[in-house]
Amino acid sequence: MTLFYALIALGSLALIFGLILGFAAVRFRVQSNPIVEQIDTILPQTQCGQCGYPGCRPYAEAIANGDEINKCPPGGESTVKKLADLMGVEAKPLAGGEQAEPVKTVAYIREDECIGCTKCIQACPVDAIVGATRQMHTVLIDECTGCDLCVEPCPVDCIDMLPIEQTKQNWKWQLNTIEITQVD
Amino acid sequence: MEQLLNQIKKGKVWPFPGGIHPPGQKTLSSTQPITRLPLPDKLVVPLKQHIGANGQLIVEKGQRVLKGQALTQPIANWSVPVHAPTSGVIEDICHAPSAHPSALPELSVIIIPDGEDTWCELHVASDPSKLSHEQLIDIIHQSGIAGMGGAGFPTYIKADSRKAIEYLVVNAVECEPYITADDLLMQEHAQGIINGIEVMQQLLTPTLTIVGIEDNKPDAIAAMKKAAQHADNIIVQTVPTIYPSGGEKQLIKLLTNKEVPSGGIPADIGVLVQNVGTLFAINQAVYEGKPLIERVITVTGNTIHKPGNVWALLGTEIKHLLDCQGFSPVPQQRVVMGGPMMGFTLPTVRIGVVKTTNCILAPDHNELAEPGPEKACIRCSACADACPASLLPQQLQWFAKSQEYDKLKEHNLFDCIECGACAYVCPSEIPLVQYYRVAKAEIKEKQEEQIKAERAKVRFELRNARLEREQEARKNRHKRKPATEKSADEKQKIADALARVSNKPAKDDEKSAVAAAIARAKAKKQGDQLEPDNSEVAKERAARKEQARLYKEQKAAADTNEATHSDAPVDDKKSAVAAAIARAKAKKAAQADASTTTGDALVDDKKAAVAAAIARAKAKKAAQADASTTTEDAPVDDKKAAVAAAIARAKAKKAAQAEQLAASKNNNTEETTVENTPADDKKAAVAAAIARAKAKKAAQAEQLAASEKVNTEEATIENTPVDDKKAAIAAAIARAKAKKAAQAEQLAASEKVNTEEETVENTPVDDKKAAIAAAIARAKAKKAAKEQADEANPQTETSETSATFEQNIEAQAPVKEKPELTAQEKKKAAVAAAIARAKAKKLLKEGSDKS
Repeated sequence: MTLFYALIALGSLALIFGLILGFAAVRFRVQSNPIVEQIDTILPQTQCGQCGYPGCRPYAEAIANGDEINKCPPGGESTVKKLADLMGVEAKPLAGGEQAEPVKTVAYIREDECIGCTKCIQACPVDAIVGATRQMHTVLIDECTGCDLCVEPCPVDCIDMLPIEQTKQNWKWQLNTIEITQVD
Repeated sequence: MEQLLNQIKKGKVWPFPGGIHPPGQKTLSSTQPITRLPLPDKLVVPLKQHIGANGQLIVEKGQRVLKGQALTQPIANWSVPVHAPTSGVIEDICHAPSAHPSALPELSVIIIPDGEDTWCELHVASDPSKLSHEQLIDIIHQSGIAGMGGAGFPTYIKADSRKAIEYLVVNAVECEPYITADDLLMQEHAQGIINGIEVMQQLLTPTLTIVGIEDNKPDAIAAMKKAAQHADNIIVQTVPTIYPSGGEKQLIKLLTNKEVPSGGIPADIGVLVQNVGTLFAINQAVYEGKPLIERVITVTGNTIHKPGNVWALLGTEIKHLLDCQGFSPVPQQRVVMGGPMMGFTLPTVRIGVVKTTNCILAPDHNELAEPGPEKACIRCSACADACPASLLPQQLQWFAKSQEYDKLKEHNLFDCIECGACAYVCPSEIPLVQYYRVAKAEIKEKQEEQIKAERAKVRFELRNARLEREQEARKNRHKRKPATEKSADEKQKIADALARVSNKPAKDDEKSAVAAAIARAKAKKQGDQLEPDNSEVAKERAARKEQARLYKEQKAAADTNEATHSDAPVDDKKSAVAAAIARAKAKKAAQADASTTTGDALVDDKKAAVAAAIARAKAKKAAQADASTTTEDAPVDDKKAAVAAAIARAKAKKAAQAEQLAASKNNNTEETTVENTPADDKKAAVAAAIARAKAKKAAQAEQLAASEKVNTEEATIENTPVDDKKAAIAAAIARAKAKKAAQAEQLAASEKVNTEEETVENTPVDDKKAAIAAAIARAKAKKAAKEQADEANPQTETSETSATFEQNIEAQAPVKEKPELTAQEKKKAAVAAAIARAKAKKLLKEGSDKS
């Protein structure tokens, strides 16, 4: 008899908790996967597609679904590191063997060579190239993400990727001029 | 509040935390009066000597400028002009190394002085105290005055503070070792400084003006006190000598016991700080009309023979300053711009002095030793004790080295004033400030990148949304078709066309072509008129049917002696004429109805033209496949038929165009085209080509794909020698397919099956029957077009047209096979035709049932 009571008591408890859990699962459901948002903010948003996905967000989704975190050359090692921290995985070198800290570049159109084919305009993921058919095109340097996507379609190869020009505003003190001695 | 004011007036100062006592070394330069340098050979005036934007250049290379003449004019916010420091000729306007630790090139005006030092015209206000606030601000702005203490903040912005200013603090502390420029300026021009203070008081109306001077400048204190005797609201406060009491925030704390909030500006707490040099420049601008073109600079250091203060024109090269004061460099000589604590070593001495340059220090190796190599931090916390901003320099150092920027921000790195006190006291010679500077730059860069990434993301998403929208719009354009094609009117039209066709088959074969043409014309006209009123249309239709029958009978009479099978030229001509007349009538009818159906008719005609062109293209291909069997007679017939068709189509198109034009013009074109009909073959062909070209243009105007256009063109041009029968058959098939395509989207499945069968069975039928079929097809195509026209806009229709076009082109392959079937016997053909007719009738019934 005692066995019965025990079984009934445990069974009803299990039922109650099951109901509570079931209710909680419905009531407090997490709508979207916030990890995707977090990954997306870490990615450099160049939208270059070098990871093999059409833009940064698709790659963020792919990482959330278990893809490698080292496929983002524009982000460099720092991005890989941040992603590794976020995802709780081991940071590894960039898949393509690129340099750890990529040089930031922007596209530059040699304007006297531009034939006005609009192909680069169509390729630009952030609409940073202005121009019209048979008119000279030019790059809005402030909007350019340096993704390289416009270089390939250019039929006359008049697009160069130039490193961002150093000005007094973005100039940094050179730390490597500081000598360091080890005190034993 | 009152209490604080009283305390200040009593001379109380509130020490700030930290601070150091470096050896002053001020007596080196403070004993001699300020001297004036001889004119240099060359002046390098950078356009930007302050925080903010460049002014716009208003002089050009080779131009002669006078002393005090503006070289730039302010355009954007925070831009202040620069002026020619002396009269001379602008040798060049180019990039020259700037007075910045990086010495990155900066756009500069290079002036070769002419030695005359001629002033430009100066405007001096007779009584500055009567000037309005705006006028004073404008004078300060146009005089190019920017903070001369070191930061170079545009003074006109500070002087135009929107916040109420309670205390005006005059920074005469000059806490850095070696520098005595402000000291000497106060000793020699105390009155000028007080005048400047009064201008600022006029602008800001503060309760109290406090002049803070370190107690190591007794002469300056005396001079200032004397000059300020008359004013009770200016007090000269002596502050203890401690570095960095000249820092803005530290001085405010010292003099008013107020602390500027982190990330805030002094105006937030009702305080405004001005350097004595700036105030003297304001005095010069307001009382003498002179823009800021020179300043006092301390040239000092053990390698200088005559250390002292000099009035240097802005743009004077450092080299000139050093040379004039006697300079004997030591090996690896360093020349520092600014003081030993916050200054920076210049990469070159061929840099012009700017508005913020207060000291040129050329030390030897004993007085300012090269910092030794960095050693490990021993955690002595001397740096924390020295920090005037109460930060934890040691902690910041670790984070800066490990690039933990978030931690740095948490530890208030941005409150660091980079005074260098921590590095000065560090026993391990760690260049702490360098680390902070780099970290600050990195953080700023990261923030900018983050903002940029955010913007890129938004732009990327907007672009994707746009592309999707465009895609959607394109898709909708195709989708709209089926939804709109089931109206009763349209079915009625199909039914009518079928009925007409089914009425005709009893006639002679030759006539049927003519009949088909008439039917086509009628269908078109009816289509035009269908919408407004059906009964009227029915009447007209009946009348026209009568006419058509008459024509047919006439023609039948004329053609009786002709062979039944091959199309004689006469026959052809007549039929063409008949067709032309029929179409002319149709057009007139359409004109009568122009108000309601202009657009429809236009579209209709164009589609017809397109369909015809496709048909012809196919016919040509068929002919090429079968070229060996072509007889000589046939081409002639064919040509004529083609010509007739082309002319007819051209007319149709013209009619459509003319609907928008005057009626008289319409008639003219009609007449001319009618006259063309009996003309000889070649002319006709030319006309046909023109007609087709026009059709093509119309099509082009509707944005058909270029490749398709080209195809059509070629097809129509080479079309002439085609075997007529095959061509006709091919045309029929093409049209049938066009119809099918149209039907596929408008009729029920059963109907579709019927028509398909019909067309399949039409194929083997001989050419005349094919023509009938063609007529049906055309009627249907027209109807389809009209349906589209009813609800979709012209552009949408064109895209649909191009769609059918493509379908037709795809259907070319079967067309090529079909001509082989044409050799079948007439009887069979007749039987097939009968079946087709029966089906057409069925369709008609179905159509009428549904309608």
